[in-house]
Amino acid sequence: MRNKETLIQDQEPELSVNLGGLIMNNPVAVASGTFGYGREYEDYVDISSIGAIIVKGTTLTPRPGNPGPRIVETPAGMLNSIGLENPGIDVFLNEHLPYLQEHRCTVIANIAGNTVEEYAELAARIEGHRGVGAIELNISCPNVKQGGLQFGTDPELVFQVVNAVKKNSTLPVIPKLSPNVTDIVSIARAAQAGGADALSMINTLMGMAVDIKNRKPLLGNIFGGLSGPAIKPVALRMIYQVYREVKLPILGGGGIMNLNDALEFMMVGASAVSVGTGIFVHPRLAVDIAEGLKEWMQQNNISQLSEIVGVATH
Amino acid sequence: MPFVEQGLVVRHNQVSRDMWELEFIAPAIAPEALPGQFVHIRSALGINPLLRRPLSLYDVDKKLGSITLLYKIVGTGTNLLTRIKTKEYVDVMGPLGKGFSLPPKGKRVVLIGGGVGIAPLVYLARVLSDRGYQVKVLHGVESRRQLVAFDKMRQIGVDFMPSTMDGSAGFKGLVTELLQKKINPSEVDYIYTCGPEIMMAAVADYARERAIEGELSMEEYMACGVGACLGCARKLKTDDESYVKICKDGPVFPLGAVELLG
Repeated sequence: MRNKETLIQDQEPELSVNLGGLIMNNPVAVASGTFGYGREYEDYVDISSIGAIIVKGTTLTPRPGNPGPRIVETPAGMLNSIGLENPGIDVFLNEHLPYLQEHRCTVIANIAGNTVEEYAELAARIEGHRGVGAIELNISCPNVKQGGLQFGTDPELVFQVVNAVKKNSTLPVIPKLSPNVTDIVSIARAAQAGGADALSMINTLMGMAVDIKNRKPLLGNIFGGLSGPAIKPVALRMIYQVYREVKLPILGGGGIMNLNDALEFMMVGASAVSVGTGIFVHPRLAVDIAEGLKEWMQQNNISQLSEIVGVATH
Repeated sequence: MPFVEQGLVVRHNQVSRDMWELEFIAPAIAPEALPGQFVHIRSALGINPLLRRPLSLYDVDKKLGSITLLYKIVGTGTNLLTRIKTKEYVDVMGPLGKGFSLPPKGKRVVLIGGGVGIAPLVYLARVLSDRGYQVKVLHGVESRRQLVAFDKMRQIGVDFMPSTMDGSAGFKGLVTELLQKKINPSEVDYIYTCGPEIMMAAVADYARERAIEGELSMEEYMACGVGACLGCARKLKTDDESYVKICKDGPVFPLGAVELLG
């Protein structure tokens, strides 16, 4: 007969989370654009064990992307200006999604449109396809001329896009917010009013770098999105602000490189986290953090993640 | 299949003013490594520099399970890399990318390297030589001291022809001039090249004019190294709407397939 104390010790901490209706086995996702369609990393990690795979941003028609150079390393981070290179929604649904479904991955589709109608149509095209668990709205891509960032910086447009997508979809809808705004809370409120089920934050910060020798911008596209540990403090601050004002679950990310980083995000209000740039250094980063989190919970007698989400905001 | 492993450094020495050779034991990666492929290596722990550095395979000793890299100091990452000492470990991911293809048996091949671009051609020369191909290697550098692959090429047993800009060894002038003036094109069936893009473009022109097939190896800034981030894209010459990924579709491409700079 085991006593009560051992029973408590034997209890496995609960890692699964409900992110606005999307059930994740663990709270660590991989960010859009950093993990391709999953198969790019199949040799390094059991992709089915990842909390959620947010696939590369998808548009209605194929996009070739921006001229190079597309990336440049900066202190504790990198700039990218990929320009949403992707084969279009049909190729995603017919060629990439079946593979992810076969591997029983939790998939979040990421969609990007030039107009509100395009976002709505993309959501409609995904509707009914098994294997997609949620939709992340890319309203914050800094690297495309039309749409993208423009949608994410205007509360009225955020409302319209989210609302239009919600009308065409039964899936949880998760707008990805841009940090390139003056007041992140007003954007988050607009997303909530539009019917968002959760918020993903943050996308990259717009920046640039200069080639001194050739006296011109280093990126072919001049500007790019800054990611990596350099942006972590900004991400934490914005999540803190939004968590206190908007009652939606937050998928938080921005420069997460290890378990401690992930814990910081949770403590300022992220129910789940995403890793991105860190994957380029550690392909197994998402599952390593999830495993580390489980151990940390055991060591700290935490049975539910809700016990730590937002604790640093009180 | 690629791996991430901690490679035990067994040799790390400076071979010229700004070039180093790094040899480490990589029991998982070495047996699978093919000429023209690369490894993605962390030059230091910590977050600055953050990203791995793609370095081509200079030589592979399958018996020892070791990989040797030849690198040139170009920035912070490669500068920090020089600090790694023997008996320490390097964090390596690989083998990555699509390597060189081998031409049909009996073809006479010429390898043309510029500067540190000789790196992937050494392992290629070893494999070609082992398989009985007739191999000629042209290496263009500024000065004699940069002919860092000389000993390896001699040990492999290929016909090695250097060119130097200062005339301190071999042919005086550009390696492409050496190619034009000293090589009989009727004795060349296949060309491999790696080096500055302006040089590779000249080699590609030479080959096209004489209807000689071949391949080149490209270099580009990379983040993931596995085809996920689409950061190392380059335009295809044949179709100006599509990009190829240097890391996954390459780094080796047929001569003339990809747009070169300069």
